[in-house]
Amino acid sequence: MPLTGLEIYKLLPQTNCKECGFPTCLAFAMKLAAKQIELKACPYVSEESKVKLEAASAPPIRLVELSGSDGVLKVGNETVLFRHEKTFYNKPGLFLRVRDNDGAEQVKRKAAEAAEFKVDYVGINLALDGFAIEASSGDPATFAATVSAVRAVSQKPLILIAPSADLAKAGLQAAAGTRPLIYAADASNWQAMSVVAKEHKAPLAVRGESLDQLAELTQSLTQTGLEELVIDPAVSGHLDSLDRLTAIRRLALKKAFRPLGFPIITFPGADPKADQTLLAAEQIAKYAGLVILESFEPASLYPLLVLRQNIYTDPQKPIQVQPGLYEINSPDAQAPLMVTTNFSITYFAVANEVEGSGWPAWLVVTDAEGMSVLTAWAAGKFDAARIGKAVKGCSVESKLEHRKLIIPGQVAVLSGELEEELPGWQIMVGPREAVDIGAFLKAMWVK
Amino acid sequence: MPIELPVEKWAGKVREVTIGATSDQGGTRARTLTIGGEAALPYLLREGALPHRTALAIEVRERKPEDWSPLLYKAWGAAMADPAEWAKAAEAAGAELIFLVLAAVGPDGGKNTAQNARQTVRKVLGATGLPLAVIGPGQADLDNELIVAVAEEAKGERLLIGTCEDKNYRTIVAAAMANDHLVQSKTPMDVNLSKQLVILIHDMGMPLERIMMDPTTGALGYGIEYGYSVMERLRLAALQGDSMTQQPLLVTPGEEAWKVKESKVGEGVPAAWGDWERRALEWEAVTASTLIHAGADLVVLRHPDTLRRLRAMLDDLTQPAKAA
Repeated sequence: MPLTGLEIYKLLPQTNCKECGFPTCLAFAMKLAAKQIELKACPYVSEESKVKLEAASAPPIRLVELSGSDGVLKVGNETVLFRHEKTFYNKPGLFLRVRDNDGAEQVKRKAAEAAEFKVDYVGINLALDGFAIEASSGDPATFAATVSAVRAVSQKPLILIAPSADLAKAGLQAAAGTRPLIYAADASNWQAMSVVAKEHKAPLAVRGESLDQLAELTQSLTQTGLEELVIDPAVSGHLDSLDRLTAIRRLALKKAFRPLGFPIITFPGADPKADQTLLAAEQIAKYAGLVILESFEPASLYPLLVLRQNIYTDPQKPIQVQPGLYEINSPDAQAPLMVTTNFSITYFAVANEVEGSGWPAWLVVTDAEGMSVLTAWAAGKFDAARIGKAVKGCSVESKLEHRKLIIPGQVAVLSGELEEELPGWQIMVGPREAVDIGAFLKAMWVK
Repeated sequence: MPIELPVEKWAGKVREVTIGATSDQGGTRARTLTIGGEAALPYLLREGALPHRTALAIEVRERKPEDWSPLLYKAWGAAMADPAEWAKAAEAAGAELIFLVLAAVGPDGGKNTAQNARQTVRKVLGATGLPLAVIGPGQADLDNELIVAVAEEAKGERLLIGTCEDKNYRTIVAAAMANDHLVQSKTPMDVNLSKQLVILIHDMGMPLERIMMDPTTGALGYGIEYGYSVMERLRLAALQGDSMTQQPLLVTPGEEAWKVKESKVGEGVPAAWGDWERRALEWEAVTASTLIHAGADLVVLRHPDTLRRLRAMLDDLTQPAKAA
């Protein structure tokens, strides 16, 4: 539970020495409560107070870091139940499970294909986060060889699915130089797993069939000195997942219940009867930190990666592009002129469509405060005055021989007002959806 | 020591709304559809009553659309040529409501007429025993003309009619009140606008038990996060007791998901997008399932396979909870 300014003040020396740069200890306490300064700015705070303050400022859901030979993945550290309350911070990692008894060569091929997968979404590169390698053979040498085979084709972070300390050790040796997650400690092996995790300074996953059991295990493990834990409540199906992942998130955030204040790992496709995509989608929105997929299927991975991106977008800061004039496919003085808003999803939908259609075109992007066409129009941020100003302001007139402006079909109603705003211009009503731009230009644009 | 699970206590709940009327109730429907009534966040069963699960509707067009994805023509085939056949196929696919959208253009190529709209609705009512929503083509004057006629034609059937928007709701609301129907109150992704239009419609004398809120949504990748958060906020407000946000939520993920490039086209897209049909179906299903988790009470879909998958998900979500 975060402390208030007054609670912090009680733990400070209360001498108003000003060495922290603030006039009083109370002013410093207020800054600390707002997380605008660090405690170390106070040279006289007692050790006892320091321990208390640090414990109180620890995040309710532990941050856990995995690293591959290239790239770091951070999960956890979430502070809200609903994204509109602030934002969700660390996107859940999406991993592909491979099994060592499929043979190193086959695993290598599969991993190579999945590791190469990347897709561009509104200028953001989306990809799988790593591989969960399972020691299903039960043989340390086979497991180590498979870990090496995956590392030969991918530098992404790893999860080592090893039911015993010996297997975990073999995997960790093969993964040397990286920071994989060990999966998993349970009621039968947690002591041995804890030793291995500590020795390799690796994060450890904990599996428990009930929340009570899980909390007991994490408490035992934190007492051995381990801090970076990931929890697996062994959920099955949509209801069970929603129920228990919500309970864990609420316990951590609202009750400051430390034993379950860790990122959650899920296996949405482990039950062959499950609809892996829909269960993974639920878990991305509702509180998973690591999601392990059973199969690599671009047509399913792409929508899940996009969903993750959407849910984890900061609602306070809509993703925007710079307003102004954009040139697509080297337009000349006869090329069509279009207008849209600066909401990045809108901009990319339009720009990609025009680019793909092969038409050279000019695109005026207005400052609609990062809203889509219809939302901006409803909010008065994409009206005739704003569009007129943007067209005049970007001096596109001097680049054109024609005076024709294509507006989005959603705001056809603006045509009349725009003709008044831009005297001498012909306003053309374009399609409602970006996907129809190519067909529209083919049918309607005459040079 | 067993962990005490945190359970939220809510002051309010969502209103129950019933669409359709059986012969005892002055209509001709074989069954009615009741949605809403939740006293908890979506599918958190230990928290409060969830008397009705999310209902799944299929969108049927009065005239076969010309610009839909080829995958949808493949799914419905010849039935799309006739709204009555299409509605039958949708019922066979498991739809709980037929969401009939009227055409702007009539069979002769001219503007659609009230007479056509009456005939279409009569035909669809004859072809299926499911409750019906009838929505105008989306042009204010024509919507009013067609929907008023439909409301009279189907008096007593308790249709869900629309679209009521802030610039055009009075005529449709009046027609619904005069003929015992319900209305769809649609606003562009904003909590306050949603609430405000419900107030305006209610001020005309429409009972709240006959208003559904459509907060508008975007497809996955095309603004779903805005619709998602507006729905979560509306539902939280409803549970906290804000009366004018307690209407059940209707969303149209089918329409949204099937107009984006990822579903619509199979060629000229990056290879990393994967198999077209699978991707398109995932797009609709992920859009819809995510909105169900945000509180949707009625989702309108386009593809029968999506309906089947969502029904399986809802079956799972409504099983008695396993002890945590």
